[in-house]
Amino acid sequence: MKKLTLLINIVAYGTMAFLYLPLMAVAFFSVNNTKYGLAWKGFTLDWYLALFQNEVILTAAWNTLILAVISTLVSTVLGTALAIGLDRFPWPRKMNTTFDLVLHLPVIIPDIILAAALVVVFSFLRTFSGLFEPGLFTMIIGHITFQIAFVALVVRSRLVSIGKEVEEAARDLYATTPYLLRRVTLPLLMPGIIAGAMLAFTLSLDDFVISFFTAGPDSITLPLYIFAAVRRVVTPQIHALSTLVLFATIALVIVMERLSQKINKKNVLMEIDN
Amino acid sequence: MTTQGMGLHLQGIHKTYGKTAAVNNISIEIRSGEFFTLLGPSGCGKTTLLRMIAGMELQDSGRIILDGRDITRLPAIKRQINTVFQSYALFPHLNIFENIAFGLRSRKLPENEINQRVAQSMDMLELGNMKNRFPHQLSGGQNQRVALARALINEPKVLLLDEPMSALDAKLRAQVQVELRRLQQKLHQTFILVTHDQDEALVVSDRVAVMREGQIIQFGTPEQVYDAPKNKFVAEFLGAANLIPGRFENGLFHTDIGSFVLSKPPAWNQGLVAIRPEWITVSETQPAQNGIRAKVSEIIYRGTSRDLWFEPGRIRVRSSTYKHFSIGDEAWLEFAPSELVVLDE
Repeated sequence: MKKLTLLINIVAYGTMAFLYLPLMAVAFFSVNNTKYGLAWKGFTLDWYLALFQNEVILTAAWNTLILAVISTLVSTVLGTALAIGLDRFPWPRKMNTTFDLVLHLPVIIPDIILAAALVVVFSFLRTFSGLFEPGLFTMIIGHITFQIAFVALVVRSRLVSIGKEVEEAARDLYATTPYLLRRVTLPLLMPGIIAGAMLAFTLSLDDFVISFFTAGPDSITLPLYIFAAVRRVVTPQIHALSTLVLFATIALVIVMERLSQKINKKNVLMEIDN
Repeated sequence: MTTQGMGLHLQGIHKTYGKTAAVNNISIEIRSGEFFTLLGPSGCGKTTLLRMIAGMELQDSGRIILDGRDITRLPAIKRQINTVFQSYALFPHLNIFENIAFGLRSRKLPENEINQRVAQSMDMLELGNMKNRFPHQLSGGQNQRVALARALINEPKVLLLDEPMSALDAKLRAQVQVELRRLQQKLHQTFILVTHDQDEALVVSDRVAVMREGQIIQFGTPEQVYDAPKNKFVAEFLGAANLIPGRFENGLFHTDIGSFVLSKPPAWNQGLVAIRPEWITVSETQPAQNGIRAKVSEIIYRGTSRDLWFEPGRIRVRSSTYKHFSIGDEAWLEFAPSELVVLDE
């Protein structure tokens, strides 16, 4: 028994080390006062300062943010509308499996396939309009394409959990469709919408494959920059950048966790209420 | 308009799901100001019928006429009908005031009228100073009153109640039934209640329709339905009944436990007769007619009464006025002809 506990402990700590040691090493080298080598040469924030003076990196960061914010806003609106349309419209029952498939497909399909498909579609569309030249615009469309499904899935599960009866009650109390949406459906959906948007945002932030295939020369994002830079040489600047991205991600995860806790609390209260 | 045309008239309402008829060609006239109950086991189509009246479901055929006006094709938001839902369906993100005010706000009534009417309605339903609380902070009984207030504040021509007491415990339910009946009599509004609880139906209703498999089996005042059940289903669904099979020959009803005089001859030669346990008289001496000698086989104590099971025939008797019996005691049971109800099937 004791042996087993020991084994479990070793496996658990080993896994933790495997997952987090590389990340800690990156953070370690980002404040190490040397360009090469593994030895500790003293603490410095020079690499971070250099980072903030690097035009290319700042542009990449700005692009990443613009891309993530716009694609998240659009996909959240579209995904929410899609979820409401799928769940609340009285579709025939056999359509449900079709919808499930259509919704899950973008989630399970390999990014590379979707990216390749986007390249084909954009090159076709380019014959009609210069708008589809590789660049931020095509990247935004590409990101929205896969984000919609994630948002719709999260929002739809929320729709299922709030049920239809409350909306029926609102209709029974003379609510027109816009009033019903504004006063009842959307406020009750809000936790799901926020969770879906956060998910879409983080997916966009660290997306590489779709961005790589749809980006133009002026629309480098951070993942693309890091990839290109690492292929030449890993500089401490990259470590500094990676560390910042890491902390930004951790902050996002914490916010999401807080939000979902709040949602769960609300759900529990709603269940008591029922 | 004459009062003849007032009320809610359902004409040939029919609704099928797949191949089964959930509501099978139902026609009823519900009078204005009456407390009407649709009573039946789950799956009998009573809730579907209610949802069609509310406008939340569309019937395949048939017409709905409210106070002389055809509302068959009107959506829920255009019908002057409001509903109290089974789980109340209160808006969890709105406080009690906003929950109750919802129907008034939907119709964009002026703010001061909303304030005044919500205050009145909270007063009427004894919701006191709950207006800033949220549904999850209230008890089941309080939430039920909020649901009632939220529907009644719109002054509907018909109030629909979909099993509104199923979430309450037995004691509270009994109390709320009486309160609901009083409220309805005070307001003199048409209430339509859906329930599977026969006690509830008997307590609150002016008239009851007993439903089964999409059809109305029997229809009348609670007394009519309880005292003269039409068939085996109604006799057993409402209260307890002794069902005695037998043949009708030469003016007498012949059964395994004896021959009885009936108050009116049945339409069949072979069939069932029912008698309620509390209508059987137990005595020491032989009655003039319709008496059988029986032996106590089981006693069930029920607080206000005792149920005695007699052999032969497993006859159940309920009374509080006889002397104490013990198992094995013999007595005369009298089945008065007026209490023997001839069933249709």
